[in-house]
Amino acid sequence: MAVETDGRKDSQKSARENFLARLLDSDLLHSFLRNRLVVLAAIVTLAFVVMSLLAPWIAPHDPYDVRTLNLLDSHTPPAWEEGGDPRFLLGTDDQGRDILSTILFGARSSIAIGILSVLLAMVIGISLGLIAGYYGGRIDTVIMRIADVQLTFPAILTALLIDGVARVLLGTHGSGGGEFWILVVAIGLSFWVQYARTVRGITLVERGKEYVQAARLIGLGSFNIMFNQILPNVMSPVLVIATINLALAIITEATLSFLGVGLPPTEPSLGTLIRIGNNFLMSGEYWIVIFPGVALAALVLAVNLLGDWLRDALNPKLR
Amino acid sequence: MLAFAIRRLIEAAFVMLTVAVLAFVLFRFVGDPVNQMVGMDTPLEDRIRIRKELGLDDPVAVQLGRFLKGAVQFDFGISYQVKQPVSNLIAERFPATIELSLAAAIFAVVLGIPMGVYTGIHRESWLSKIFLTVSLVGISLPTFLTGILLIYLFAVQLGVLPSFGRGEVVQIGFWRTGFLTISGLKALILPAITLGLFQMTLVTRLVRSEMLEVLRTDYIKFARARGLTNRAVHFGHALKNTLVPVITIIGLQVGALIAFAIITETVFQWPGMGLLFIQSVQNADIPVMSAYLMMVAFLFVFINFVVDLLYVTVDPRIRIIGNAS
Repeated sequence: MAVETDGRKDSQKSARENFLARLLDSDLLHSFLRNRLVVLAAIVTLAFVVMSLLAPWIAPHDPYDVRTLNLLDSHTPPAWEEGGDPRFLLGTDDQGRDILSTILFGARSSIAIGILSVLLAMVIGISLGLIAGYYGGRIDTVIMRIADVQLTFPAILTALLIDGVARVLLGTHGSGGGEFWILVVAIGLSFWVQYARTVRGITLVERGKEYVQAARLIGLGSFNIMFNQILPNVMSPVLVIATINLALAIITEATLSFLGVGLPPTEPSLGTLIRIGNNFLMSGEYWIVIFPGVALAALVLAVNLLGDWLRDALNPKLR
Repeated sequence: MLAFAIRRLIEAAFVMLTVAVLAFVLFRFVGDPVNQMVGMDTPLEDRIRIRKELGLDDPVAVQLGRFLKGAVQFDFGISYQVKQPVSNLIAERFPATIELSLAAAIFAVVLGIPMGVYTGIHRESWLSKIFLTVSLVGISLPTFLTGILLIYLFAVQLGVLPSFGRGEVVQIGFWRTGFLTISGLKALILPAITLGLFQMTLVTRLVRSEMLEVLRTDYIKFARARGLTNRAVHFGHALKNTLVPVITIIGLQVGALIAFAIITETVFQWPGMGLLFIQSVQNADIPVMSAYLMMVAFLFVFINFVVDLLYVTVDPRIRIIGNAS
């Protein structure tokens, strides 16, 4: 396991070398290399991350630079079809934007929103879970009650509601870059419960252990104990949840954008592109929908496979 | 049992109250109700008069009381966007969503259980592997993408099924049903598959893992030793004992179906509550949003409550655990 469980504190450097050596010799790496599908999923995920990071340089066009758009290029089919244009490999949408470039930029916002919202959910969930589990009592009851109420509803509904309210409060209707952060907050706030419940459960067990008592005896503060002593011991289940949630967060972003309450049409997004394409599907212009759809599905499937594998690999019961 | 039911009921009431207060805060404090109702050129006196009429100057507690009283009587105020009572809008669209969710649930159960049983019994067969791969893809595809792909295949390419709307509907009392006409049923097929696909994969995987577990138990060995046919063992003994968790999950998933209907209804322009809700989010129509929130919360809480009771009634082991904790 790649997580410190003995609580000993070596010097930072030797700890890192130790970690690398253990990683190279770990069951985790062996089980990773043994499973071809997982290696493929990791490659696909990595490819998406690299491509989206490099999007401004490798994309053939900048689909959101209005000056380079030409309406005469709109509705161009993919290059290999009749009427296709070699400049636009996967065709163009109704504004003359290059589909391939839009997919690259769209994957960039999908991954960015996915990672940021998962981080937000993690920070909120871990903090509340630690506090609830460590202090117990009334504060625990309040936090877990809120979690229970929120758990009654599917995350997508919570995200939709927060998104809707934020839009009314901030009055953003198709202007400014506010939608990006609204989405991050809406998705982050709708996924924290799972972390909080998991972390609380482990904290309840950990707080009775000797190392926590020892830390109290030498006079460490509660904050220090929670975040420096207990936190490392809850990280491996949290990381598993985070991987699986990343796929869910990407789906949620795409769904909200598809529903027309996510990113505005002026921002690149796979969901928005699919929504635009949906209007032209009946006239046979499949490429505006199919290519971004395949990209989205591939990304989500790859991340899901990684998450499933990580869950099994880190689960000592299945070894 | 009675104590359990009462405790559950109190918890359900607590959730409902929380949601109702949230809906009230949304209704009252997000955006100014008066500004939303009147035009730009309405004089100040009129605005003050409307404020008075709506009781917006009363203490917040009084307003909350009035809001709750209205909600209990199914009165959620007037929609900002279409200027009609919200309860009428919801009542009009309620049957469409319920019929869609019901059809999706039937689809999920009727296909999911046999697929789960098959993959549970024939673990290594190629057909099982196909089923499981398909179910993994089914989980990974976002709902809206499934819907669009189905439309492209069956409505655009093959032209055999309609791509939007409910087809012809028949009015029975207040309930407008699409179950009784051919075009209504045809219009239902694609949305129901789209909505139910995720639940179908869930049922398949659940039944499969439960079957695998049950088939290892002693009473299955005894049943085989008694010389019972495979069919009697698999369906009479094994499947029967997998059904308790399956019923629970299906019950809980009915709530998820109603929530995910938002997406399916948008893809297929299905005139249900979900489409109403998404339009209200787009138009900042707060009364509709808060009413939808309470409707869905009520359905969820009600379903959870019924499932909890069913669970305890069906499986006596839960009662012991429930009493111990």
